[in-house]
Amino acid sequence: MIDLHGYGPSIFQGAILTIEVAVLSLLVALFLGLLGAIAKLSSNPIPRAIATVYTTVIRGVPDLVLMLLIFFGGQMMMNEFSDWLYEEFDIDVFFNIDEFIAGVVTIGFIFGAYMAETFRGAFQSVNAGQIEAGYAYGMTRWQVFSRISFPQMMRHALPGLGNNWLVMLKTTALVSIIGLADMVRLASEAAKAVHEPFTFLIPVALVYLSLTAVSELLLNRLKIKYSAGTTRA
Amino acid sequence: MMEAFLSLFADNSIFNPPTLMHYWSGFVTTVQLVFLSLLIGFVISLPLAILRTSKNKWINLPIWAFVYFFRGTPLLVQLYLIYYGTAQITGIQQTFLWDILSEAFYPCLIAFVLNTAAYTTEIFRGAIEATPRGEIEAAKAYGMGAAKRMRRIILPGAMRRALPAYANEVIFMLHASSIASVVTIVDLTGAARDIYARYYAPFEAFLFVAAIYLCMTFTLIYIFRKVEDKIMAHTKPLS
Repeated sequence: MIDLHGYGPSIFQGAILTIEVAVLSLLVALFLGLLGAIAKLSSNPIPRAIATVYTTVIRGVPDLVLMLLIFFGGQMMMNEFSDWLYEEFDIDVFFNIDEFIAGVVTIGFIFGAYMAETFRGAFQSVNAGQIEAGYAYGMTRWQVFSRISFPQMMRHALPGLGNNWLVMLKTTALVSIIGLADMVRLASEAAKAVHEPFTFLIPVALVYLSLTAVSELLLNRLKIKYSAGTTRA
Repeated sequence: MMEAFLSLFADNSIFNPPTLMHYWSGFVTTVQLVFLSLLIGFVISLPLAILRTSKNKWINLPIWAFVYFFRGTPLLVQLYLIYYGTAQITGIQQTFLWDILSEAFYPCLIAFVLNTAAYTTEIFRGAIEATPRGEIEAAKAYGMGAAKRMRRIILPGAMRRALPAYANEVIFMLHASSIASVVTIVDLTGAARDIYARYYAPFEAFLFVAAIYLCMTFTLIYIFRKVEDKIMAHTKPLS
């Protein structure tokens, strides 16, 4: 274990936290992205409009502003809610917005918009004949989705998903601003305390670089898996 | 018209003239930061992209490493490295450089320039490498030397191919610039944070600034679409 003036273990904990935030946000983003893509491709104009507003607005505003809005705004809403509970029902509770949950929800919510665009494009590039053939076989809508559209869509979506993931991994650094003790926050605090910024921040940068490298490796594996049955031109 | 506008602001205590002026100065700072970093980043990235396609590994490997580092780490970490890092260089506080670096604006600008230079280098490299072989062969057949070929054939085509990706980078930079508020710079996001703190009004402060960013993003998208239509006119169908 690298000691780093005694800060090593805690920064290592921070690195684990960074990975946790990234992976959980990815799950939220994938879920919202699929939902958004299905809504965008729906024949019903209402979900289509909601999804369009979602992807347009979120992608037009900086991540940090959204994060501050959800974190501070969410806290204020919770405060008002607990005031209301106290006045109406005499229930005295205080809700505190957890930085971890706020971070995961915000990053997942932001990247859900990017994922939705990726998935939408990928769904559209699945050959319509494949889907018609599925229905002709008597498959239900869910069966067509899970057996035909989804697996073929993934091949087209993978490069975009990979990109989104790599951007998202770096965006997790922003959770340090709303007070979550991820490795960037711990390292920058240690750097200020010991007056040796490079000692702490260079290792953090290297952790990000190695996470990127490992992700690229895994993405390549996935690419091979989802490219089964296609030949390279 | 003016009265309607004034009455809109009459019954709220947050969006008074001082607050709006604070947002305005934040807006100016954001525009300065983004414009300067994109401009300087562009100037740096063009030669880097050309050198990156060199076959000499002593030339292209350092550039690859630079691009890999700045694309693979969060901008926030780069900003901290430069903001806190430059202050620790021994002896720097005695030199003229310190007059510049002790203000938060310049370390921040340096971080943004290096970051956007790395991304832009990668965009231009891809565009240069995508030059059709036939164009280069034709240029050689006309007897053009390497420099003339680069200037007349490769770069004009590459710039056109790079435009959509570069437009994305510009918008990315606008959004990334909100990080400047972390190192005490009062840009748009910094102004919103001040106003949130002063009035304890997160929704008003941040929704207002989000709307400004949204307008800026749409303006940029509109401008780039116009430019693209003009530059790519020859690739469009005739009708």
